[in-house]
Amino acid sequence: MLGTILFAIALLCLSAFASALLTRFDRASLAIGTAGSVIACLTGLGAALLALVLREESAFRGTWSLPLGEPHVALDGLSAFFLVCVFGVSGLAAVYGSGYLPAFGGRRRLGPAVALFNLLVASMAGLVIARDGVLFLIAWELMTFASFFLVTFESEREEVRRAGMTYLVASQLGVIFLFILFVLLGRSAGSYDFDRFAAAGGLADTCFLLAVVGFGTKAGFWPLHIWLPDAHPAEPSHVSAVMSGVMIKLGIYGLLRTLTFLSAPAPWWSTVLLVVGASSGLVGIVHALAQRDLKRRLAYSSIENMGLIALGLGLGLLGQSHGNALVSFFGYSGALLHVLNHGLMKGLLFHGAGSVIHGTGSRSVESLGGLYRRMPTTASGFLVGAVAICGLPPLNGFASEWLIYVGAFHGAASLPMAGAVPALVAIPVLALVGGLAAACFVGAFGAVFLGEPRGEAASHAHEAGLAMRSAMLLGALLCIGIGLHPAGALRLVIPAVALVGRMPGLSLDASLPLLAVSRLAFVLALVVAALALLRWALLRRREVTQGATWGCGYSAPSPRMQYTASSFAQPLLAPFAAITQVRVTENGPSGYFPAEARYEEQIGDVAGERLLIPGTRRVVRALSRLRVIQQGRVQLYIVYIVATLVALLIFELTGAGR
Amino acid sequence: MTGSADFILLVVVVVDLYIVATSRLASCVHASALQGVALALLPVALWAPGYTGGVDPQTLHIVLMSVGTLVVKALVIPQLVLRAIREANVRREVEPFVSLHLSVLIAAVLVGISFWLATVLVLPIPAPTTLLVPVAFATVLVGFLVLVSRKKAVTQVVGYLMLENGIFIFGQTLVRQIPFAVELGILLDLLVGVFVMGIAIHHISRAFDHIDTELLSALKD
Repeated sequence: MLGTILFAIALLCLSAFASALLTRFDRASLAIGTAGSVIACLTGLGAALLALVLREESAFRGTWSLPLGEPHVALDGLSAFFLVCVFGVSGLAAVYGSGYLPAFGGRRRLGPAVALFNLLVASMAGLVIARDGVLFLIAWELMTFASFFLVTFESEREEVRRAGMTYLVASQLGVIFLFILFVLLGRSAGSYDFDRFAAAGGLADTCFLLAVVGFGTKAGFWPLHIWLPDAHPAEPSHVSAVMSGVMIKLGIYGLLRTLTFLSAPAPWWSTVLLVVGASSGLVGIVHALAQRDLKRRLAYSSIENMGLIALGLGLGLLGQSHGNALVSFFGYSGALLHVLNHGLMKGLLFHGAGSVIHGTGSRSVESLGGLYRRMPTTASGFLVGAVAICGLPPLNGFASEWLIYVGAFHGAASLPMAGAVPALVAIPVLALVGGLAAACFVGAFGAVFLGEPRGEAASHAHEAGLAMRSAMLLGALLCIGIGLHPAGALRLVIPAVALVGRMPGLSLDASLPLLAVSRLAFVLALVVAALALLRWALLRRREVTQGATWGCGYSAPSPRMQYTASSFAQPLLAPFAAITQVRVTENGPSGYFPAEARYEEQIGDVAGERLLIPGTRRVVRALSRLRVIQQGRVQLYIVYIVATLVALLIFELTGAGR
Repeated sequence: MTGSADFILLVVVVVDLYIVATSRLASCVHASALQGVALALLPVALWAPGYTGGVDPQTLHIVLMSVGTLVVKALVIPQLVLRAIREANVRREVEPFVSLHLSVLIAAVLVGISFWLATVLVLPIPAPTTLLVPVAFATVLVGFLVLVSRKKAVTQVVGYLMLENGIFIFGQTLVRQIPFAVELGILLDLLVGVFVMGIAIHHISRAFDHIDTELLSALKD
């Protein structure tokens, strides 16, 4: 199996290289790159699934040496599960991208984008199988750089360049923590091989915190998420699907992999993750509700979902630290299943949003409308994704959120007081987040696809091409499939849960509780089918006409009078004004014959505006005092060098260094 | 016979001090050429006491190194720098940041520090003569001093040369260990460095009508 995975990675790199060489021929490089990534993703997906089903584990150590390490790769339950996510979502995105990218044709060379996409997928797959600290960090940095260049694909736009820089700086700040983490682990183990990493006591606590911050920056945990809502709207949509669908999940992978090095978790670790999860979930979804840019809305919703995953992991750790295997199982399996589910549905949603942008040229929720009739496939796909991400049955989001709920309820009921309180707090947070998510996606779907077009762009929309539609269709089918039979998907998760939760005896039968969910889903599907049948039977003999909605007697309604996504969200957002940093300038209508009225509203980000930007400013101001050492004189720079050298020499010779 | 080697090393130190003390650009370059001659003789002087006659690879190595040093450091580079001075049409004085008297004082202190450093530094292989390591340090440090305390690009070249000379002297402690290729590398590196600097001087004087590096500070942001 591992050989096949390595073959897939090699194929990705080769096709990336080939399409980079053929940059001058857009069509050829796109065809080669897409073919390479689709074949690689299919073979990789097959191998990873097979390894999961057969519960096969294998390892490979190269005989040559890396600086400080050796090429050690291996496949276990955790790796195989994340490989399924990586290859599954990326394969769909590659197909979608082959239809989406040609629209950039005249303005940009497509070769680099295709090559970097394949490189991104290859580095993600490499990251997941790496078992050596140095190899892991190389793959991690490769992933960051490939995605950075994809974020800045449309670099002629100012906001894209700024988003790219924010992403790069945030990623590199995050990776510093990872370097410290691996150096600490490597020092205590005397090697960078993952098999020898082990930490207990104070070192384990430090490593846990470092991993939460370092990997959390990539995962988009609040308040480290700041790069995410800028980056996703900037990049091409199929890249957003991959980055939001899988790349940020690799932060979760890193955290889980680190947990396997550490000794039994301390109780406060779960509290950290639960707090991070609750704040990411709540703040993320509140921000999502306030956004007008469709892709920005989806980006904030990713932060919310990463929060849900963190909540699940927190419950898993909670159960583990109290020795309650059931709570631990539900928490971890819910979190991991949500990784897969969110990858699929967020991929689907970003593909839908990409089709909307592709078909209308606009991404503002407020200027669209009525696209259901013009883009039926896109609309259906987006609807499936939206229902799934709200966690409604019978779709896949329900299954994973249900597992987390069950874990929380079980924890509240069976753990001692110190553990029951955090679990109890998680329940209302989950409920509130779920409700707000439903509002967010009802608003987005209603404003974009229902009603009448609000502007030129929406009224001239056209449906996406075959490649894009088939990728969306396949994604929607996968979401429905997992929703109808979550027990099957849970079987993929169980080896990983057994590894992270240290439950070696866990058998695949543990997926049985989800059969109840399957039954429920089937019943629901049957009810929906019955209702559809009833509607068809009732309407069979009657004439169906379409007309305007009754305007309450007002005779000149215009599409601009429709409810917008913002007006829909406004009452819900009112209590959260402190979080969204909303600034309103209002000049309302007055008198009996109002002449002119204005309403303007700007949405900010509390973490960015109150925490990160002032913090960064202060650091920059403090560091700007160091400007005095830059005098622009060669001689002075040489003095610095000499002074350093002489100081080091004296330090070394006088024995102070020893 | 370490007497002649010690004498050569003393010449090197004196030349170091002379370069710091002189106010004329051309004499700086001439002095560094003299230092080049001294360096060319140094390997021979260190080698001669043990020489028993005959031509073995080691002897060939020493002779080649001497000749190479003589050609590059005593002839080619000084000629290049002198031509740069002529062509760039610079004023013939070194323009120090620090006054010449103070420079000499600092240089003397640096030589003192070098002797102290040499007593503290324990070499894995004992040096052929006790003067070798302190002189190497002194030449490097005084080279740095020249690099740092002079305005003109030409004097910077001379400082750079002295730096390289110091490294060369230090290399003599390991003459039996350093492979031939490494020393060729040092010479080549030096030659390339001087070429780059020569070209840089040429272009700076073209663009700005002078070769005063202080005015380069206008380029900082």
